[in-house]
Amino acid sequence: MDDAKLDALGQTIVSALPGAAIGHSVAFNQLTVDVEASKIVEVVKYLRDDPNCRFINFTDITAADYPAREKRFDVIYHFLSPALNTRIRLKAQADETTQVPSLIEVFPGADWFEREAYDLYGVFFVGHPDMRRLLTDYGFEGHPLRKDFPTTGFLEVRYDDQEKRVVYEPVRLNQEFRKFDFLSPWEGADYPVLPGDEKAGPKA
Amino acid sequence: MNEQPEQLRNFTINFGPQHPAAHGVLRLVLELDGEVVARVDPHIGLLHRGTEKLIEQKTYLQAIPYFDRLDYVAPMNQEHAFCLAAEKLLGIEVPRRGQLIRVLYCEIGRILSHLLNVTTQAMDVGALTPPLWGFEEREKLMVFYERASGSRMHAAFFRVGGVHQDLPQKLVDDIEAWCDPFLKVVEDLDRLLTANRIFKQRNVDIGVVSLKEAWEWGFSGVMVRGSGAAWDLRKSQPYECYAEMDFDIPIGKNGDCYDRYLIRMEEMRQSVRIMRQCIQKLNAPEGKGPVVVEDNKVAPPRRGEMKRSMEALIHHFKLYTEGVHVPAGEVYTAVEAPKGEFGVFLISDGTNKPYKCKIRAPGFAHLQAMDHICRGHLLADVSAILGSLDIVFGEVDR
Repeated sequence: MDDAKLDALGQTIVSALPGAAIGHSVAFNQLTVDVEASKIVEVVKYLRDDPNCRFINFTDITAADYPAREKRFDVIYHFLSPALNTRIRLKAQADETTQVPSLIEVFPGADWFEREAYDLYGVFFVGHPDMRRLLTDYGFEGHPLRKDFPTTGFLEVRYDDQEKRVVYEPVRLNQEFRKFDFLSPWEGADYPVLPGDEKAGPKA
Repeated sequence: MNEQPEQLRNFTINFGPQHPAAHGVLRLVLELDGEVVARVDPHIGLLHRGTEKLIEQKTYLQAIPYFDRLDYVAPMNQEHAFCLAAEKLLGIEVPRRGQLIRVLYCEIGRILSHLLNVTTQAMDVGALTPPLWGFEEREKLMVFYERASGSRMHAAFFRVGGVHQDLPQKLVDDIEAWCDPFLKVVEDLDRLLTANRIFKQRNVDIGVVSLKEAWEWGFSGVMVRGSGAAWDLRKSQPYECYAEMDFDIPIGKNGDCYDRYLIRMEEMRQSVRIMRQCIQKLNAPEGKGPVVVEDNKVAPPRRGEMKRSMEALIHHFKLYTEGVHVPAGEVYTAVEAPKGEFGVFLISDGTNKPYKCKIRAPGFAHLQAMDHICRGHLLADVSAILGSLDIVFGEVDR
């Protein structure tokens, strides 16, 4: 579908669901509809059942973390309509305590995707019958894909020959995790101090 | 004697994580009522490496090798999805020869994956010969991978804007020469399995998925085609030069394991058809030319040029340290990987590293339906169903 048709489809959806669908945008020939997190089930049911939409194929649920925002997460849904041959992206804002309704009644395939979003981001879904962690270790703490979670993690495991079992220990790095900042200092970089130039004091 | 009615209790067993039919590190907790499966609880994540987190720390170029390690039986198809996403954000188009090489290698990947799946599924239900025959062909294909990229499996051959290197003419000719004998091997496998009584008993009417279920469970690829939908991203939302390729999409009628097997067999033949067309187009005069965009802000200059031109040297240095700055935006791109729709959802904030890169793996959606599909089947059918779902743990656990 071209951009004009996608735009028209977005307008139809937004006008059909006042209060639930807030706005829409088309970028890169893809339609995004912003929705209210608490009304997500209503929106998805409409998208699935309305004869002009028929987004019957569930594709994906994920989240994105923007720690600076008041509601730090975007919960992002993707659906596909084989009849229209187009995709749609729904975006709902949420924070650590927002109770996002689960889609499992509408799309059983949402099961693991919601568990994954909970596991990796800590987005809270209500109405999901089996909200356990999915990808991380048994007994894992924290939500690793959050931007404030360190890439190295907190625990490491090794096999202890004396105790004859796997032991968990705090991460000990022989070399610090190296994160290179290649953003050029000449092109809009905003450093208080240039890296390696700490002795010189703050920039004048 | 005072006989008490014996308490009946379901039996719970662990299938995996080290079971050969688990196709990797899957732990299934099976609740059995006699020999009938009452509940399946798959535990995944034993191969979780935090790929998505790692990609957020790497430049776009450094992220590509992670994609080889997802579905490691068809590495280049994954790279393809990521490169398409970055290219969409950058707004660049791959030169024709680059596109043809990509399509050629994606189809090799499809055959690699289907060969592994069809033959090991046959092994799961008791046939030992197919894997031996199939792996011989896989070996040859991996040599083609090696001759193009230097690596048999983890190729890292695709680049944002094209592919890393051009193919030597000898390699193109050798791939062409491989096509015909391979069809003979498919024919042999077909004779060995398709009408085989045991193979049919184990697969026909096992793991039936209706089309409605397939859509709402998030299935894609062979899983929806087996249930009767003529849905293939290569046809319906063509990317690269698939639009000009002539090939058919096989679909199933019953949505059972046997139909999915038949579809995979036919798709291998169709892939060979596409490969032949690619080779023909590569050999045509229009198929000559650059394999990667010639914009040096995206793709590095050639080595020889670097020795002479200062500007080329600067571009090279900047690209391999800082990398490409991808304009801010969000994009979801999907390719028809052998296992289904492999999608990459990329959020860029305008820097040289992805802000977020969600990998939507087909196997993940398929595996979660294990409980739904397996209920009421016998214990022995679990491995047949698992085989026909085509699960690879690299992509499920990420």
